[in-house]
Amino acid sequence: MSGTPHIDMLRSPLGRARGLGSARAGSRHWWAQRLTALALVPLTLWFIFSVIHLSGASHQVVIDWLSAPLTLGLMLALIVATFHHLQLGVQVVIEDYVHDERIKIASVLAVRALCVLLALICIVSVLKIGL
Amino acid sequence: MRDVRDAQMIARNSDGKLVRRPLSPHLQVYRWPVSMALSILHRITGCALGVGTLLFTWWIVAAASSDDAFDRAQWFMGSALGLLLLFGWSVALIFHFFSGIRHLVWDAGIGFDAPTYNTTGWGVIIATAVCTVLVWIVGLAVW
Repeated sequence: MSGTPHIDMLRSPLGRARGLGSARAGSRHWWAQRLTALALVPLTLWFIFSVIHLSGASHQVVIDWLSAPLTLGLMLALIVATFHHLQLGVQVVIEDYVHDERIKIASVLAVRALCVLLALICIVSVLKIGL
Repeated sequence: MRDVRDAQMIARNSDGKLVRRPLSPHLQVYRWPVSMALSILHRITGCALGVGTLLFTWWIVAAASSDDAFDRAQWFMGSALGLLLLFGWSVALIFHFFSGIRHLVWDAGIGFDAPTYNTTGWGVIIATAVCTVLVWIVGLAVW
């Protein structure tokens, strides 16, 4: 992209694209991001009200709260949707701003691993309290 | 020229010499309309909320561990630094919530014209400010 401009390649966009075309999964990421966002609208509202309700609560109150099946179910849904949405969102940010292919793939995978791990830790914790 | 995209960047000047076309001015040249600021804020708050999930994870792990661990987490959340983090987290969450709904409505194909997205943009900012203040007034009253 630098130096004196010159032309040393004559190749059509079609020629370039052949063999590198759609993997037929282009819309999956976009759609998953929207669905998790949609799920998070009511779940986030519920979570904010819960946090206000629980501010300054004792350990036992929190345990009793999480032991209700409805709370536990909503909490698991919140955890799964949040970490899935987080992984999808940060992936887009990385893909937009990191241009080195190796660093890009490594950071996308690292973020994904971290999100899965944090989600599992949260799930195990709420199940341990609630069950 | 190595890339097809490059072809659009190279042209001939009046002497017939190949030259690189000038690039358009970068971000700092433009004034910041509300939509531009909200767009980047949506990303920044999203990433900040990602960091905030560490706080959430700590709290939930502490609740699953022991009374002592839970008391330590609760003590930190109530400390000056903890309250500051919680305040930042609440602003980020409420902003990302309203801004996200604005994005979802766009995805449905509604509200794309300039007067509407300027109005909804300011609406997101006002809603964030009002709801953050409300949440903290009610939260501190309960606490």
